[in-house]
Amino acid sequence: MLARRIIPCLDVRDGVVVKGVQFRNHEVVGGILDLALRYRDEGADELVFYDITASTDARTISPDWVRKVSAVLDIPFCVAGGIKTVEAARARLEEGADKISINSPALTRPDLINELSDAFGRQCIVVGIDSYFDGEDYRVKSHTGDPDETKDTGRETFDWIIEAVQRGAGEIVLNCMNQDGVRKGYDLPQLIAARKICRVPLIASGGAGETSHFEDVFKRAGVDGALAASVFHKNILPIPTLKSELRTAGIEIRI
Amino acid sequence: MDVVIVDTGCANLASVGFAFDRLGVSKTITQEPEIICAAPRVILPGVGAAPYAMQKLRERNLVDVLQNLTQPVMGICLGMQLLFENSEEGSLEGDVEGLGMIDGNVVDLDTGDLPSPHMGWNTLENLADDPLLAGITSGDHAYFVHSYAVPLSKYTLASSEHGSAFSAIIRKNNIYGCQFHPERSGKTGARILENFLKVSS
Repeated sequence: MLARRIIPCLDVRDGVVVKGVQFRNHEVVGGILDLALRYRDEGADELVFYDITASTDARTISPDWVRKVSAVLDIPFCVAGGIKTVEAARARLEEGADKISINSPALTRPDLINELSDAFGRQCIVVGIDSYFDGEDYRVKSHTGDPDETKDTGRETFDWIIEAVQRGAGEIVLNCMNQDGVRKGYDLPQLIAARKICRVPLIASGGAGETSHFEDVFKRAGVDGALAASVFHKNILPIPTLKSELRTAGIEIRI
Repeated sequence: MDVVIVDTGCANLASVGFAFDRLGVSKTITQEPEIICAAPRVILPGVGAAPYAMQKLRERNLVDVLQNLTQPVMGICLGMQLLFENSEEGSLEGDVEGLGMIDGNVVDLDTGDLPSPHMGWNTLENLADDPLLAGITSGDHAYFVHSYAVPLSKYTLASSEHGSAFSAIIRKNNIYGCQFHPERSGKTGARILENFLKVSS
């Protein structure tokens, strides 16, 4: 049986892993390769590197750490941040990234999803969605990396999921912004609704704080994977403990 | 040089190469027919779409070369699918002709109600008694990413299931194939590559 995936997300800036405090005042958490291997050894099923350096410019060359990560890592990894063209995606895939993830550039120019999917196949194209519940509807925000730049796109989240998949997304990462960083649990109603209309793998993001949150999101929302950052970086929930508890709870997990 | 990786023009060449570096063996990535023919072992990697990959192999005059190899050959992911006769992939233009080194076809994987592509760590089941599987246990996980698959047949060494069962590992004589990515399948993947380096030619 296909195992549910546990996916740590690492923010990379200028070649090191950082932890943002309200976007600014980044603290260095550690070296990219050290943390990649630490999470691999702890049992992460996949890693996401979110390049927050790249998000501010339009580099088409791959950052040099992508190749280094690929050389040491024997689990899959995804590179996100600042990928706006087929060439930028190609550079990262050729250096060894297994998938690339796009968010704001896909909202600015949705045809980018089609172009990437046609060039590389949908299996390596992830679309990340930052979704905000405004009290009535789930709506998509863009450029959420910087509070000063964050925009309402006017799009409804579920419509955008359907469109992104039709255009060639092979996986959706749904980041529920109301929950992000609060560690009170994933947004189950939103993820349950998203699961019903998303026929490609769906990854939950935003809100993980304890094992029961992962158990709920797998059992009730049926997502394929759960992404988290601070809970792993701060070692609040060690991955081996999490995975063994999830397995005990009857969830298919790779140990 | 222990192994030659065929440069199929696909994107995961670097990752496959690194997997052999980690095993401490020397590898060459090439599209030169002479080097491929003379290699002790050959890896045919591949990601992306079958029509594009076959076009690349034809452009590089590698179809005959691959079809006539007698040393151990391993296709990975799309590379494994290319070993068969036809693929349903790209079926708007009709089936795509593969290398035909193994009889059988590649079909659109019926995932039932489950998401497609089949993406993630799945278990290897129903293991055959074969040197390629030394040290591998039923239930070990491997990392898969694909929408098309090779049905179960007499060539299946291990199966996996996502909506329906399919071939995870195949072998016909000197020709081997993994539907998953051994270069991204942790210790299980590394062991299978290590075993491949030891199978007799």
